[in-house]
Amino acid sequence: MISTDICIIGAGPVGLFAVFEAGLLKMRCHLVDVLPQIGGQLSEIYPKKPIYDIPGFPEINAGELVDNLRTQIEPFKPTFTLGEKVSSLLRNDDGTFTLSTTDGTTIQCRVVVIAGGLGCFEPRKPELENIEHFEGKGVVYMVKDPETFRDKKLIIAGGGDSALDWTIHLADIAKHVTLIHRNESFRGAPDSAEKVAELARSGRINLLLNTNLQTIQGNGTMKSISCVDREKRVTELDADFLIPLFGLSPKLGPIADWGLNMDKQAIVVNTLDYSTNIEGVYAIGDINSYPGKLKLILCGFHEAALMAQSAFRFVYPKQKLSFKYTTVNGVNAF
Amino acid sequence: MITFHVEDHNGSVKLIEIPEGITLSLMEVLKASEYSIQATCGGMALCATCHVEVKSGLNALPPPKESELDMIDTLPNATNLSRLACQIPVTGYLENALFVVKTPKSP
Repeated sequence: MISTDICIIGAGPVGLFAVFEAGLLKMRCHLVDVLPQIGGQLSEIYPKKPIYDIPGFPEINAGELVDNLRTQIEPFKPTFTLGEKVSSLLRNDDGTFTLSTTDGTTIQCRVVVIAGGLGCFEPRKPELENIEHFEGKGVVYMVKDPETFRDKKLIIAGGGDSALDWTIHLADIAKHVTLIHRNESFRGAPDSAEKVAELARSGRINLLLNTNLQTIQGNGTMKSISCVDREKRVTELDADFLIPLFGLSPKLGPIADWGLNMDKQAIVVNTLDYSTNIEGVYAIGDINSYPGKLKLILCGFHEAALMAQSAFRFVYPKQKLSFKYTTVNGVNAF
Repeated sequence: MITFHVEDHNGSVKLIEIPEGITLSLMEVLKASEYSIQATCGGMALCATCHVEVKSGLNALPPPKESELDMIDTLPNATNLSRLACQIPVTGYLENALFVVKTPKSP
């Protein structure tokens, strides 16, 4: 079990900056994010796009902003659980919280800060009837350990770089790989597309273009899929695994079940300190809602500062908070 | 006025009227009209969470750029009628079109 002062759900720019504000007040943070890297929407969706409204930076690339934040919070030695989704939040009798992730990691803390952005990035799922029944029983949306697929029959579906890259990588490991794509050609990196074409020409993989997934079959565990091409010809394929790689899109996820007051897909907060209706739980950044809310990174930064001042009383209940400027006090690394 | 129709997940079709000369994208209009459009990337054709199908009027629209086609290609339920609403400015080209919202319904 990981034990910390503040558990921050979401390692996007606002979650990262919250580490800094907490660290100035000597509060330690552990961050959890479903993505395998920090940076949230910035690193996942638009790392190379310039942002023009970060105070002090006339123009800064999203990825560069994440790097700067990582450097800024380094003195406070944050720890991370990446690639895992927080599935439950429980309040203990002593007022602390225990969070659990889908992979069984548990975190105990005194304060929870939800900086979940627009929600948890989840894989886009193909519209196959009963596909949920086979999730974890043949259907996987993310390749965590390629060795899982050694000597297995795989079907990969998708047309982007992810589908191309994994086809190339797993062709050497799996018993057999079929790549299914709805279009005539790929729009991913030309080198990867050419490599996949070469693997198909040499018979190392089976490439089905102009083809869509149609059904999935199995008895408990997945056994086969059927797919249909533009001429409406149906092909049945036996397989051990189906790996749909259609990108990620954000969903609110388990947060909706924690008893928080919600306004549509956002968490209602008190603008005094960005606290929620559950004492010790705060929400900052795009995930919260209040009159006048703007979904800007700079607003999230402000919310992180106020949150930290308020969270202090839960972490150090016997101490008096004394407000200090960094120009006077400096940054006292842990 | 520019007039077009939008069909939601339940199949209900609503008429939308937008004054001419407004610099909004179809995504912004759909969001403001409370359709389930997340528009995660804010309109940069980077997230495909504003996926619509143009059931009528597709050929009248300005053609998609490569970046839009790249994103559409990542969607599991894309068809030949698919477009990203953030890449469609609301102009006279939309007159009498029918758009079907394809993004997943909010829980």
